[in-house]
Amino acid sequence: MTVGLFIPCYVNQFYPGAAIATLQLLEKLGVNVAFPPNQTCCGQPMANSGFEHLTQGCNDLIIKDFAKYDYIVCPSGSCVLHIKEHIHSEKEPVKAASVSHKIYELVEFLTDVLKVENLNAHFPYKVGVHQSCHGQRGLKLSQMTELVEPDFSKPLQLLNMVKELEIIPLDRKDECCGFGGTFCVAEEAVSVKMGKDRIADHVSHGAEYITGADMSCLMHMEGILRRQGSKTKVVHIAEILNAEKV
Amino acid sequence: MSTQTKDHAELAEIFNKDEARVNWHDETLWWVRQKRDKAAHQIPEWELLRETASQIKNNVLSNLNNYLVQFEAQAKANGVTVHWAANAEEHNQIVHSLLTKHGIDRMVKSKSMLTEECHLNEYLSQHGIEVIDSDLGERIVQLADEPPSHIVLPCIHKKKEEIGELFHKHLGTPKGNADPQFLTETARQHLRETFLTRKAALTGVNFAIAETGEFVVCTNEGNADMGAHLADIHIASMGIEKIIPQRKHLSVFLRLLTRSATGQPITTYSSHFKKPRSGQEMHLILVDNQRTVQLGRKDFRNSLKCIRCAACMNTCPVYRRSGGHSYHTAIAGPIGSILAPNLDMRKFADLPFASTLCGSCSNVCPVKINIHEQLYKWRQVLVKEGYVGTTKKLGMQAMTLTLSSPGFFKTAGKVGRFVMKYAPFAVSNPLNPWYKQREMPAPPKESFGEWYQKNRNHAK
Repeated sequence: MTVGLFIPCYVNQFYPGAAIATLQLLEKLGVNVAFPPNQTCCGQPMANSGFEHLTQGCNDLIIKDFAKYDYIVCPSGSCVLHIKEHIHSEKEPVKAASVSHKIYELVEFLTDVLKVENLNAHFPYKVGVHQSCHGQRGLKLSQMTELVEPDFSKPLQLLNMVKELEIIPLDRKDECCGFGGTFCVAEEAVSVKMGKDRIADHVSHGAEYITGADMSCLMHMEGILRRQGSKTKVVHIAEILNAEKV
Repeated sequence: MSTQTKDHAELAEIFNKDEARVNWHDETLWWVRQKRDKAAHQIPEWELLRETASQIKNNVLSNLNNYLVQFEAQAKANGVTVHWAANAEEHNQIVHSLLTKHGIDRMVKSKSMLTEECHLNEYLSQHGIEVIDSDLGERIVQLADEPPSHIVLPCIHKKKEEIGELFHKHLGTPKGNADPQFLTETARQHLRETFLTRKAALTGVNFAIAETGEFVVCTNEGNADMGAHLADIHIASMGIEKIIPQRKHLSVFLRLLTRSATGQPITTYSSHFKKPRSGQEMHLILVDNQRTVQLGRKDFRNSLKCIRCAACMNTCPVYRRSGGHSYHTAIAGPIGSILAPNLDMRKFADLPFASTLCGSCSNVCPVKINIHEQLYKWRQVLVKEGYVGTTKKLGMQAMTLTLSSPGFFKTAGKVGRFVMKYAPFAVSNPLNPWYKQREMPAPPKESFGEWYQKNRNHAK
């Protein structure tokens, strides 16, 4: 099995640590991982701003880079959801559909495809889990508080395998952090207020780290935490799952 | 966008200047959302109920013409006078002509979002007719000369002290008294006089039953009943999408409506109106006002399933932190943002962008409208129709060029990280909306792509 690793554009540029952890974690679990060097972006920043019609270049590049792999794995629920729902190609419809079917967000790839039951991971901190909306409500990585349905959580399933990690409770389990792509600058005031409120929930419950399966939400919250001079840090879930005892 | 057009982001920024107030607004509405969750979780078949309601409404939308004709025939047979209004203006003219015919210049009105959409109060007031809103929350915003900020809780943006002050000014209560029970009693006495002296009453309609020709009005205060039963002429205004096929379908919608809205099992009053009492006139106005246009938009037609419960507003993290007035339309929040562009794309081009697309709205919707997907689709339509500013357009084209070309992307990334490291003031300044209240990410020394080249160079 060969997995094509899709690294979101901003993670590639600003958070290489999350990408390295994703790669190392998959390799540790025995997966053959390839990273096509010419990849850029899923196209979501344009599409969510109403410019989906300009994203065919992104679609074509993804198809060219990734259609050949057995699976495509990406450490971002938001990018995966966007590709899953919107990738299309008039020239290569079959390949486009195959990309949509075989792309997985990292957490769901670990729980649903690799069916990971043990992890050699150690993270002795109090951790708050941020449910990114596109991962949770879009990819259904965990149950949503609005629905009257049985509870489950794929990120927690994995985090519970990490030694000495303590999950802190939250008042609002799955409220949006306010990042929202270009929303974070177009609606700056509301975006920041949402981020501040989300952070306050984690901090007041004693979180030393806020983690999640989407670096974009974490980047937004990190920006506010650092402005506040807070000691609480953000960390991508791949970095926790890949953290070994030194 | 022209400068006169109101903009959600600007209005929300003003609302956010008073953070304590934003916190209060957010927590008040979150409390309502929690009450909704509690009520929903007491019904094991909740999700089936939502699905059933959704299917009934789908059926209604696909057969709307037949149900409307059936409803009209039944209502007429019951002795109700049925009027058809193609738009807001026609609706307002019909109400006005009915009042003029009876020489009435004062009318009592219970809650009707349709009359807000049609701006009926302004219209009648310009024609010398005084309207008194009898829903307590609506009366409060009417005294404050403001539109409702929420479709179920019209004055949710007002604190009790502010209401005390309004009542002091308009109803003569002692200055500084903000006791809710006292203020409610004052409003009750004031409205009692209104109910007794008005000869015309207007109500909204929650559900209209094609099978029987009757209509149902849901209130917690009984004010629709008080108005309608004491007046010589009862006018009911409804959007054409309020039809349901049979009376038995009410059992689905009445269970969903108030649990979704406030967490109550049912409204205090669910009043059925079928025929005028002896000596009374009962008029029903069926209003289109662009609903048929929306029905023709494949991607947006199912927004007409809405039963106006406001669950999407209460759960919306943006609505809770921007306030209803920031949406500058009669129906605020997520549902309003997919309904308003249908009425006027230019005026409401900002609203589909006032969302993070988190999807919570679609999950609480009792009739399963895919609200957040429609917000996304409206964005595409508004850009293609040319309602989005040129600066944004140019930025997007540059971004697209960069992101669809690996070479450009690598160079741009490198330049970006270089700038952030050696000239952080270029991005870390107040003109950059990210930096206003957030730090920029710390620039790493190399991208993942560069790291990979060095550390996994066996790969192609």
